[in-house]
Parts: sequence; structure tokens; C-alpha cells
Amino acid sequence: MSAVRLLIGTAKGAFILTSDGKRKHWDVSGPHFGGWEIYHLKASPADPNRIYCSQSSGWFGQIMQRSSDGGKTWETPGGAAEKTPEGFPKGESNKFVYEGEVGKHLWYDGTQHAWEFKRVWHLEPSLDDPDTCYAGVEDAAIFKTTNGGVTWKELPGLRAARGNLWQPGAGGMAVHTILLDKTRPERMYVAISAAGAFRTDDAGKTWKPINKGLVSPYSLPDPNAEVGHCVHRIALHPSRPDVLFMQKHWDVLRTDNAGDLWSDVGGNLPTDFGFPIDVHAHEPETIYVIPIKSDSEHYPPEGKLRVYRSRTGGNDWEPLTEGLPQKDCYVNIMRDAMSVDSLEPCGIYFGTTGGQVYGSSDSGDSWNAIVRDLPRVLSVEAQTIP
Amino acid sequence: MIRVELPYHLRALAKLSGETLLEVAAPVTLGAALDALEARFPVLRGAIRDHGTLKRRPFVRFYACKEDLSQLPAATPLPEAVVRGAEPLLIVGAMAGG
Repeated sequence: MSAVRLLIGTAKGAFILTSDGKRKHWDVSGPHFGGWEIYHLKASPADPNRIYCSQSSGWFGQIMQRSSDGGKTWETPGGAAEKTPEGFPKGESNKFVYEGEVGKHLWYDGTQHAWEFKRVWHLEPSLDDPDTCYAGVEDAAIFKTTNGGVTWKELPGLRAARGNLWQPGAGGMAVHTILLDKTRPERMYVAISAAGAFRTDDAGKTWKPINKGLVSPYSLPDPNAEVGHCVHRIALHPSRPDVLFMQKHWDVLRTDNAGDLWSDVGGNLPTDFGFPIDVHAHEPETIYVIPIKSDSEHYPPEGKLRVYRSRTGGNDWEPLTEGLPQKDCYVNIMRDAMSVDSLEPCGIYFGTTGGQVYGSSDSGDSWNAIVRDLPRVLSVEAQTIP
Repeated sequence: MIRVELPYHLRALAKLSGETLLEVAAPVTLGAALDALEARFPVLRGAIRDHGTLKRRPFVRFYACKEDLSQLPAATPLPEAVVRGAEPLLIVGAMAGG
């Protein structure tokens, strides 16, 4: 029988929740790397036991971890592949150095500010090679490893896409989303706060902004600017990679032409502010968002935690509330903290800043709290184990 | 041999349970001690000093003999009591406040 593994990154460590295909009973393991911020963990589609993990700390910086047994044991990748004569890891796996001239981006005071690496926000393993993985980092850039995380190299073409005009928002300036197109290996999408969405059609050599149709009247002096939009998350269905959905700072949007033009599909949502957005595993026009009251008040409207589902690719939305708190709920859901499994019916999961991880095994019709008291949840990845 | 004491999280990364002893060639400076530590435990590279610039990370402190050595240049000789192993060099995570 298939199983589901939930990879949970929190402000104080990683947790792994596992269940059989019924998704009724869950085992909890962790904390792994207790006390460290775990922005993201993700497993390789090509090898379910290969998991990459970003471990970081304001004190001690970035550490990359890797598991080859589904999260039971971990190693800093340099340790496995390359050791000193004394047998200790060389530490290169933690090294993220921008290529060439570091360059500058727009700073809060309007001056230009040099790029400074801070941490890895998002990991996106290759669809077909367990040793290849992309890393989205703060300050915004994309790195790639082709040796299982032993070393990382920047794809500098992204920062050439008007990077001098990118500016950090309150949460920093990071590549937080990386989407791969399984039908076109040369194509990738990334999203950056606060710069916008970008696409490459040559495997990361060159990138172009894909922000036409985005309107940000209270964030940018030119609401229709080519770059600078605060994109919170983008998502696609693997079978239809030219159709993207976006949760922006405000607005929920879609594009049907790989980002060449976006249109607003917020429709009847109670608020179109929010962070995550995701697509049903088997229904490419079924999408999910979790509305948040506003950019000033990061909690659900009316204290009611509601997932909204559209079965029409946007515009027409229904609230999903069964099993979710409908009063006195003031948590937030971070951009990387919602994910779907690929079982039938589709499972959907999200984690909150209050430490709850909610799951639905019926495409969102009903929900249960799988765990309630984790540290602040930063990311959730659902992995379907064959 | 000098004695170096690491904070909890760095001991975990280096798989250490207590102090570590390091052979440091004379002159025994702060920078030489950190070089020796990172050579012995390369997983700590980048966790104490920046990978490229070798600047101390902002929330890491170096103490010894009740003195704060954090702001001193890397070429600063370590106190004699540290050099002969009577006192440890403490690498500390700065107080978080709150």
C-alpha cells in the first residue's frame, strides 16, 4: 500500500510525519536538528529516500543536510563524498558564493546594496536525477548542485534579469519558489519577494521577468512595473505546465501562457491576500488558497481558518471549514507550508505559525489536526511513497 | 595544545561532546586557532566566520580569561594561559535578548 511522508520545517527543527495510504494515523519523528530553523526539506522525485534539508541559524549560518534513508539519518553532504585526511567533512556543502561580481540591488533607502548570502529558503530536487537539486536563496539567487549537495554553484543569469531593481520586502529578498517543467527540461520558473516571477527557457542561463498583468498600486510607484512585485507563491500542475497560479501580496492570478500574461482570478474570495497556493494532484483546474485578512493583519478573517477551493481555476471559490477552527483562530500560514499528495482522493496539508499541521484526505472536504503543538511551521512537503 | 570550547549547536555539528584540543603552531593567534579548528572540523567552516571574507559572524563571540576577544584582529596573540592550555578559548553564541 502507498504511504505518505510529510516533511515539516519549523522554526526549531524538522519533523517527519508518516502514514499509510489511509492517512488516518500518523507517526511523528523529530525534532531533527533541534533548535535550528528549517526553512525547507524536500525529497527527490527520482529517489524517495533522498531528502535535502536547509538548516540555518542567525548565529551560525547555513548548513545543508541530506538523507539517503528517508530521513532516518542525516549527513552534511560533503562528509559523505569528500573528507579530509582525518575523515572529517570538508564543509564545502555549506558554501554559497555568488558568481563573478557580486553586484548590487535596490536597498530600503534607495541606494544600491551588495548582494549578501543569508540562507536557503527553498530546495527543488531534479525530477530525474537524485544528485541534482536547485536551491533558492536569500539574497535572491538560484544555486544548483549536481553532486548530491557536496558543492553548489550559482546560475547567475537570474540576477541579470533587472536585479539592480529588486528590493527586499519586510521578509527579506529571496527566491522562495522554484518550479520545474517535466515536459521541457530547459524551462524553469522562480518567484522572488519582492521582485516578481521569472522564467528561463535555456536551463537557467538566461531569465526574463514574467510579470505582465500584475498590478501593485500600494507597493510600487509604477503599479505595472516589469519587476518589483511581491509574489508570494506560484504553483502549477505537472500535466499542464503552461498554466500557472499565483498568490501575490494582494491578488490571486493565473496565466495560461507560461507567464506571458496574468489575469486576476480572486473572484469571490473574502480577501485575496495570502501566502500559499497549490493545485490538486489530479484536477488541474482545482486550486487552493488560504485567505489572510490583510498585509497589516496576518491572520484569517474573522478568526475563522478557512481553506478556499476553486474547481474552475479561479474566480469561483468555496470555503472549506469542516474540522478547521471557526472562531478565535489567529495563526498565519507561510508560503511554503501547503502541499498535496498524489493519492486518490488527493490529500492536502498545511502548517500554521501556531504549530498545527492540518491534513485532509478527501481533497479538502474535511480536515483533521495531525499535530497541534509543533514550533512555528515554515514549510510542509507531502511526499507520496509508492 | 590549546583548549577550545564550542557552543552546543557547533558541538553537535562537529560531533563533539566536550572541549576539543588543538595543536596550533606559534605564534598562537586568534586567527591561527580558528584556522586550526576549521581544519580539524571543516563542517564548521562558515558557521563561525564567513566563508569568503573570514569575518566573524555577527552573533558569534570569542572569550578567554574573562576578556572579550571578539573585536580584536585575527593576528592578536591569544593570552598566555590559553596558549599553555590552562584556560580555554570560548566560542560563544551571543545572547539573543528578549
